[in-house]
Amino acid sequence: MSPKPFAIPGGIHPPGFKELSNGEPIAPAPLPDLLVFPLQQHIGVPAEPVVRVGDRVLKGQVVARAGGYVSVPVHASTSGRVVAIEDRPVPHPSGLRAPCIVVKPDGEDAWGERVPLPDWQSVEPSRLRSAVREAGIVGMGGAGFPTFIKLSPGPGKVVDTVIVNGAECEPYITSDDRLMRERPEEVVAGARIARHAVQARRCVIGIEDNKPEAYEALRRAAGDGVEVELVPTLYPTGGEKQLVRILTGREVPSGKLPLDVGVVVQNVATVAAMYRALERGEPLVSRVVTVTGPGVGRPRNLEVAFGTPVAHLLSQCDPRPAQVRALVMGGPMMGFALHDDAVPVVKTSNCVLVDVPTAPAEPALPCIRCGSCSRACPMSLLPQQMYWYSRAKDFDRAREYNLFDCIECGCCAYVCPSHIPLVQYFRFAKSEIVSLDRDRQRADLAKSRHARRVERLEAEKREREERLQQKKKAPAGAAPGAVSEDPKGAATQAAVERARAKQAAKAESDTEAGS
Amino acid sequence: MIIAVAALTLLAGLFGLVLGYSSVRFRVEGDPVVDQIDGLLPQMQCGQCGLPGCRQYAEAVARGEAEINLCVPGGANVVKALADLLGRDPGSGDAAEGPKGRQVAVIDEPWCVGCTVCAQTCPVDAIVGSAKHLHTVLRSECTGCALCVDPCPVSCIRMETVPEDLRTWKWAYPAPAREAA
Repeated sequence: MSPKPFAIPGGIHPPGFKELSNGEPIAPAPLPDLLVFPLQQHIGVPAEPVVRVGDRVLKGQVVARAGGYVSVPVHASTSGRVVAIEDRPVPHPSGLRAPCIVVKPDGEDAWGERVPLPDWQSVEPSRLRSAVREAGIVGMGGAGFPTFIKLSPGPGKVVDTVIVNGAECEPYITSDDRLMRERPEEVVAGARIARHAVQARRCVIGIEDNKPEAYEALRRAAGDGVEVELVPTLYPTGGEKQLVRILTGREVPSGKLPLDVGVVVQNVATVAAMYRALERGEPLVSRVVTVTGPGVGRPRNLEVAFGTPVAHLLSQCDPRPAQVRALVMGGPMMGFALHDDAVPVVKTSNCVLVDVPTAPAEPALPCIRCGSCSRACPMSLLPQQMYWYSRAKDFDRAREYNLFDCIECGCCAYVCPSHIPLVQYFRFAKSEIVSLDRDRQRADLAKSRHARRVERLEAEKREREERLQQKKKAPAGAAPGAVSEDPKGAATQAAVERARAKQAAKAESDTEAGS
Repeated sequence: MIIAVAALTLLAGLFGLVLGYSSVRFRVEGDPVVDQIDGLLPQMQCGQCGLPGCRQYAEAVARGEAEINLCVPGGANVVKALADLLGRDPGSGDAAEGPKGRQVAVIDEPWCVGCTVCAQTCPVDAIVGSAKHLHTVLRSECTGCALCVDPCPVSCIRMETVPEDLRTWKWAYPAPAREAA
């Protein structure tokens, strides 16, 4: 029998609503008329397009390559023709537009070249990581951090445990649940790949105990070397740091990563994608998305090609007519409202909620300092203090109360008897602080550039003065020599010197303007 | 009596030596307050405060010769930060305006005659180009001080607000609900 899991502080038990969709098997969603691939579907630097309008692309072909180290390529999710590269609405809380590659599918769904790496057990971890990167794999649980970086512990760091996150603690979402039930062998093989990539000793798949079918399926598939553990159902058990604590008893220090305590956490969908990339050579081109909520007549779990507009997904689930459609991407606790139903499904979209009320029904009242938020906080923070300082825009103080350790899970706002939108205050304060830091960096850059310029101008001035001094001295020594030669030669000499001086002056003004 | 006088003299001499040594050994070059003030300023080097650069403004503020509300690009945030640092009144007169979002200079390149005037004006060397060739602004280095706009003989430089993108977007302050009730 497995050891008793460790407990986390705080947490809540929101109603699950998982039964709406957890009986629906994964079904492929038909392709829409147009696919939209945002260049940024991950945390980090956006990808750079490598195709042009009019190009024909095949399924799995790279349409945009990684734009930096913290970046991954984007692949076409079906075959077709590139019809545009332009700004389009993307799934982001801002509702802003961002650069996207638009592809019109040709209906053939023809794969490009697939290069599997079936002997991954015997290859170097570094090769494994680069294969994971080439496949465009990012954390599919929601954050979208490039997976190959999480699999690179770096020098001096030892990873002894890989945790595969199958907790799926947010209400409504069932995409990971269905994936574990229907493709347990992919998840287990992916877990082994992750373990090999970081050379870990132990590999644990953690599942909340409200998903007994998924647990059974994985346990049957697990075999040697992969543990499957049930963890108590409690939101936010699926938080990375929470799951580490529950399964290993280790606490990730403030401002650190699970890597710093020897653990790497990967979502079940991410490891399944790693399996597909290595065993079948298929890059990340689709994922399972739960479409659920009171606004659809038939909640479903769909295997969706990336780039499919949310509106197209809705049409597959018998949407109920609604005056105002409230769409949320992600779960009701941590998801964000969509401003447009044309936004595409991307690598991090695990769920689309239709007409699920997320904002508290009642208006916010004054804080009564009851302290419920502190008891509910799974990070052991003091949301009340952070709230006061964020509200007063006293960002230094908010930071002192470890605002940046907040995972924005929403437990505090959920239990708040005054219905204060605490998470909104924290998000506001965080983005404001990040922006101020960016301004500061820019100011420092400007300061150093200004200092260098002043230095350069002074150096030039000194040089000019020195030259002047030399010229003053020069005639005394040079003039007699020039006179002794024939007049013609002296004239040529003088012309050559004039030309040289002119050239030097020009070069100088060039470098001046160019520097 | 003699012992007391001797002991006190000895102590005084000892402390004198220690203080004398430390005043030489741990001497601070320049005024640290100037650095602190300089660190709060936005470093645009725009000269809108009436002084040639941020450093000079910081020195003037440290000497008490300038008000602390003269930094236009810094806006209310800088005034507040300076007031906190120096314990001074935000000052009389026009309160500095808040920033309007990041601006950068843009050269309308077909019109550029390559006079190099703008490149020489730029306090942070963010304009590149050589004589009789077109010039361009390095967007990432431009502080938006607008000093290059007026000197251009063909008026081909304009200021542009950098549009908000996914990286610079910020969450809004939560709507002030009926909390004051």
